[in-house]
Amino acid sequence: MSAGAQTPNGVATQTPQQREEVTTIYERSRPGRRAFSPPALDVPERPLDELLPERLRRAAPPELPEIAEPEIVRHYNGLSKRNFDLDSGFYPLGSCTMKHNPKLHERVAALPGNARLHPLQAPARAQGALELMWNLERALAEVSGLPHVSLQPSAGSHGELAGVLLTRAYHADRGDERTLVLTPDTAHGTNPATVTMAGYEVVKVGTSPDGGVDLEDLRRKADDRVACLMLTNPNTLGLFDPNIEEIARITHDAGATLYYDGANLNAVMGISRPGDMGFDIVHFNLHKSFTQPHGGGGPGAGPIAVSDRIEPYLMVPRIVRTDDGEGGAPRFDLEEERPKSIGRLRGFQGNYGVFVRSYAYICSLGAEGLREASEIAVLNANYLLALLRRPEIAPYLPLAYGERCMHEFVLSGAPMKRDLGIRTTDLAKRLLDHGYHPPTVYFPLLVEEALLVEPTETETRETLEEFAEAIGAILREAAEDPEIARNAPYSTPVRRLDEAAAARTPVVRQPVRG
Amino acid sequence: MPAADESYPADLRYHPEHDWVRADGDEHVFGITWYAQDALGEVVYYDPPKVGDTITKDSSYGELESVKAVSDIFAPASGEVTAVNPAVNDRPEVVNEDPYGAGWLVRVKLSDPSELDSLMDEPAYRAYLAGL
Repeated sequence: MSAGAQTPNGVATQTPQQREEVTTIYERSRPGRRAFSPPALDVPERPLDELLPERLRRAAPPELPEIAEPEIVRHYNGLSKRNFDLDSGFYPLGSCTMKHNPKLHERVAALPGNARLHPLQAPARAQGALELMWNLERALAEVSGLPHVSLQPSAGSHGELAGVLLTRAYHADRGDERTLVLTPDTAHGTNPATVTMAGYEVVKVGTSPDGGVDLEDLRRKADDRVACLMLTNPNTLGLFDPNIEEIARITHDAGATLYYDGANLNAVMGISRPGDMGFDIVHFNLHKSFTQPHGGGGPGAGPIAVSDRIEPYLMVPRIVRTDDGEGGAPRFDLEEERPKSIGRLRGFQGNYGVFVRSYAYICSLGAEGLREASEIAVLNANYLLALLRRPEIAPYLPLAYGERCMHEFVLSGAPMKRDLGIRTTDLAKRLLDHGYHPPTVYFPLLVEEALLVEPTETETRETLEEFAEAIGAILREAAEDPEIARNAPYSTPVRRLDEAAAARTPVVRQPVRG
Repeated sequence: MPAADESYPADLRYHPEHDWVRADGDEHVFGITWYAQDALGEVVYYDPPKVGDTITKDSSYGELESVKAVSDIFAPASGEVTAVNPAVNDRPEVVNEDPYGAGWLVRVKLSDPSELDSLMDEPAYRAYLAGL
């Protein structure tokens, strides 16, 4: 528990952080204060009009905070301490793969050749960076079992959009007009959102009692209007669909493409490959499976890998490698001329720093290491699941589907709500007082009061055991007095937020001054 | 006003997607049940159909957004929308506070009142909930 969290009777006491006054950087501003004084001008002064025409200049100075460097440092350092991150504690956020980010990666990404590389640098002078990107593409092709890769998309959802636009280009090129995209009802919310953005209509496919795709429902819905089936495997219930080959056959027989949402790739790296299962398009979440500090909104990377039939439509520029045939160093270049390409989806080459860290991860672990990472991720999830299936916990938080899991699992808090009077959200908020970031809650939607837990491979056995103990303690406490969890958290910088009021009457602008 | 206590009025017919319908003159009123609003949590936004829209039994006619998720609202019967409850747009929480009264969602002129025969009465709906 964090300092000041001891409130066993549920009485709200303020922690030092809660007492601390929260001011914005603008409220700390005082006229004339500066963090930096430029040296005196040592070149002849030129009239401003020569440098920048008046029509391009501000009429009034920008409203920037005026503040000294020590105050800036204290302000942001203070804010950072009010945050929770993976370097502070366990973060079992399901479908987000919050694994440890090795510090070696930060050193490599910070090398001047990486950190200071200009995005407009000519390819001839960025050979090392292009080689790294080319090598990363090859590694991702190997992991996915699909030969052609584009690193351009900058998030998983961006990769999804690329994949569905590629599907559209593929069908259009064959003169095949299709209007529907199938997604299972366990899909990540980004799947239907992507489908809608790409101009298709979403059709949901049901889930069978064992947690996989309902094959009968799929057969009914897979017709010649369907452009694509988007699938996550293992799905968001943490279950690997054993019918994947049949699913691929049904989808391909209908003339549709099969899209792999790579959010759960951490369960299968080096063990099974989407390309071998029959998928046409895969997106990776480099920031999940291949390490990257994430969770604050970026930066991420959502590269895609595609099969031969989709390759002609891939985004440009493509990275190409030329060997001189005489054993000399290969040359790398950016190729723009691809007549069937859907074009560009992003400026420059994507989030290069992410590529560096993920490539460092792949090189550090190698093929064997990646496989081991996935094996331990699955082992850790099953160990934690076994701990949570003990008789003092399982009746309140039963496993929603199946008997075991892959790298994550879904519990249902419905019995806990009925028998103890606390909801999954109350359990999640109380976990904050125990020093944990809560798991994903209320997703997937088909599980009532869902709790989606993904421990990842980089947690110790002790951490998993302590987390299970905390869940047990919260349930025992709720049996005594449910009000404690209902009013949690107590120890965080802010207490429970009014999410409903925030959604109903959002205040999205902070006045610049006061 | 706090969330309502659990109840399932006897004068309503119930759809398995947790929607209710009530006869009112020669029109019918639709809404969501206590169970549905409890499962959704605090409702924060209502995306209604337009007056004059034709809606179809078992299909979505609008959306309710809560702090947890966006959910489709399913029509318990087919017909034409004659009114949309403006109170739910102004104060979405009225669905939590009074799901069978002030929290009604649409008024509908049914195209085939015999569709109501396939819906559940109160004891059947309670039995259905007990089996979930």
